[in-house]
Amino acid sequence: MTDFLNAIIVIVMILNLFALGTSRIASVIRIVAVQGALLGVVPLLLHWGGGGAPSAAVLLAAGAAIALKGLAIPAIMRRSLRSAAIKREVEPLVGFLPSVLLGAAGTALALVFSGRMGMAASQPGTLIVPASMATVLVGFIILTTRWKAISQVIGYLVLENGIYLFGMLLVEAIPFVVEMGALLDLFVGVFVISIITNHINEAFSSMDTRDLVTLKE
Amino acid sequence: MALAMILLPLLLAAVGALIPSNRLRPLVLPVAGLGHLALTAFALLAPGADSLSALPGEYPLLGLDAIGKVILLVVSLVFAACSIYAVGYLRYRQERPNRVFIAGLLGFLAGATVVSWSRNMGLTWVAIEATTLATAPLIYFNNSKRSIEATWKFLLVGSVGIALALLGTFFVAYATLVGGGQASLSFDALCVIGAPVSKPWLRVAFVLALVGYGTKMGLAPMHTWKPDAYGEAPGVVGAVFAGGVTSIAFLAFLRFYIVVSRAGEAAFASRLLLGMGLFSMAVAGLFMIGQRDFKRMLAYSSVEHMGILMIGLGLGAPALFGTMLHVLTNGVTKGVLFLSAGNIHRAYASKNIAQVRGALRRLPLSGGLFLAAFLAITGSPPFGPFVSEFSILNGAFASGHPLVAAAFLVFLFVVFIGMGRTVLKVTQGRPPEDALTTAYRDGFLTAAPLVALMAITLFLGIAVPEPLAALLREAAALVGGQA
Repeated sequence: MTDFLNAIIVIVMILNLFALGTSRIASVIRIVAVQGALLGVVPLLLHWGGGGAPSAAVLLAAGAAIALKGLAIPAIMRRSLRSAAIKREVEPLVGFLPSVLLGAAGTALALVFSGRMGMAASQPGTLIVPASMATVLVGFIILTTRWKAISQVIGYLVLENGIYLFGMLLVEAIPFVVEMGALLDLFVGVFVISIITNHINEAFSSMDTRDLVTLKE
Repeated sequence: MALAMILLPLLLAAVGALIPSNRLRPLVLPVAGLGHLALTAFALLAPGADSLSALPGEYPLLGLDAIGKVILLVVSLVFAACSIYAVGYLRYRQERPNRVFIAGLLGFLAGATVVSWSRNMGLTWVAIEATTLATAPLIYFNNSKRSIEATWKFLLVGSVGIALALLGTFFVAYATLVGGGQASLSFDALCVIGAPVSKPWLRVAFVLALVGYGTKMGLAPMHTWKPDAYGEAPGVVGAVFAGGVTSIAFLAFLRFYIVVSRAGEAAFASRLLLGMGLFSMAVAGLFMIGQRDFKRMLAYSSVEHMGILMIGLGLGAPALFGTMLHVLTNGVTKGVLFLSAGNIHRAYASKNIAQVRGALRRLPLSGGLFLAAFLAITGSPPFGPFVSEFSILNGAFASGHPLVAAAFLVFLFVVFIGMGRTVLKVTQGRPPEDALTTAYRDGFLTAAPLVALMAITLFLGIAVPEPLAALLREAAALVGGQA
């Protein structure tokens, strides 16, 4: 089961690089959706790997994660992309190839970092820590190198995916209320942010955050 | 008890959403605010009301300790004042629909209550993030291009910052796992002294929490959303932010600090906090000099006072009583400042000192309170912040940090000069000939809450009542590791 788990985590890391290198926003949304849904599967694998069927709470949390990250949130994002009727290209500050290289370097860095920090002995799938760090870094790269409001939201989602993956190491420590609360926060957050991006689009006739420069000293 | 305090605002938010009249709806706010204040008084005073029985062998999810009580008191006091003020304010703003605004305010109150009661670092995070989302529509209330920009910056910077705090929270739990212990997010479990823990993971966790919750508090250099949000949002929202949102973020961060210092890393934490605190004060002072927008000026004052809290925490035991008192005095005084600034803004239809002059003549009460609250917040006797700032300064000498004390004094002086110039321009002189005349005059609803908060500020400067002093001592001992 650990091999299967590691395979999924490697796919998650490869999806990071795809997200960095893709120019159509709709495709990036789809990539991040697949990544989110895959992450929802991880807790189930961890449980089967540890022997014994997962409890109702674990099943519910995993189901909610897959539904939200894989379906509901991408649907919201696609809607605001449609209603914005903007040029559906990413328009990055840093070109696609350099940002993929940056992401790859970040992934390598994450591997070195987690190796040096030391990891818990009793954990299955030791790739989780570096993969989570790498995903967080890629989220940051997207957040800081893209101009469009919606692209920055995608960066935030990738960042969240990375943190969610790290949470997998702590399934027994996180109370059910907290896990569901975090997912609800994420969902409402994307919902509220997408309302604001729509307002940006109406008020400024674009989603380019470079237009948001009125407020400064 | 806890559930009643959390559900009351949520219930009233639902009631408010069902009331069709834009005029009557704001009345749910004082019901929630005063009801919450009464419940807070009960939770603080009645013996046994502060704890929830946990299942045997498990750590409780909710329970009110001394630091939670201090924060709950600040939030509840400031919110109660704001809830009465908001009725008067929304009467002047009938043209804007207020359904979402009221739901957002009440949602914040519920979230802040959860943070105060939470004994689980994960639950704390969930509630803080919930308040971020609940307060975003408040900034957006004026529905202008500028308010959209401010809301966007607040949401993006705030969400990313708070995401880092979640990563930090996970790191703390993972640090115990790497150390060979049982992973847990429970504050009580993490505070057990001598528990095995991985120091490198704990240090990274602390830095992430400092950046994450520091963003929410508005410490420099993560403060960039603050002047925009405070400048564009209504004054009452500024009061809720500067008195409430920043205080609960400070509480969330305090819990990290306690966990890290119990693990023997207090020296590491202290260096970071002193650096961060002094930097925030310096940045705030720099941007306050020559500030022409008096609401943005207040935002920088908030940055400054978050820096002061960090310094107090970094100085350790001798300054902790002053730090806990400062959370209270700063929150209450900021309430007066933002609410009176809101009144002045409305009377002149401008927040730029080019148009706003002679507020003492046009609005004697609000103008006078604005001036008095400025004197209070900059640490002039006989007001509350003087006592808390002086106590922190004493702590700096007592803990052997004379250089920190010197820098602290210099920055306080710079802020006094910078802020004073703007405040005096606003209040003194005559209103310009071409100033717009507006319908706003100070009324009972938009003035009485300010007078009440100002009275508390003054009272705390003259004498800290013994039950409160005992609570603050208990809180300081909890933070300092003697309890």
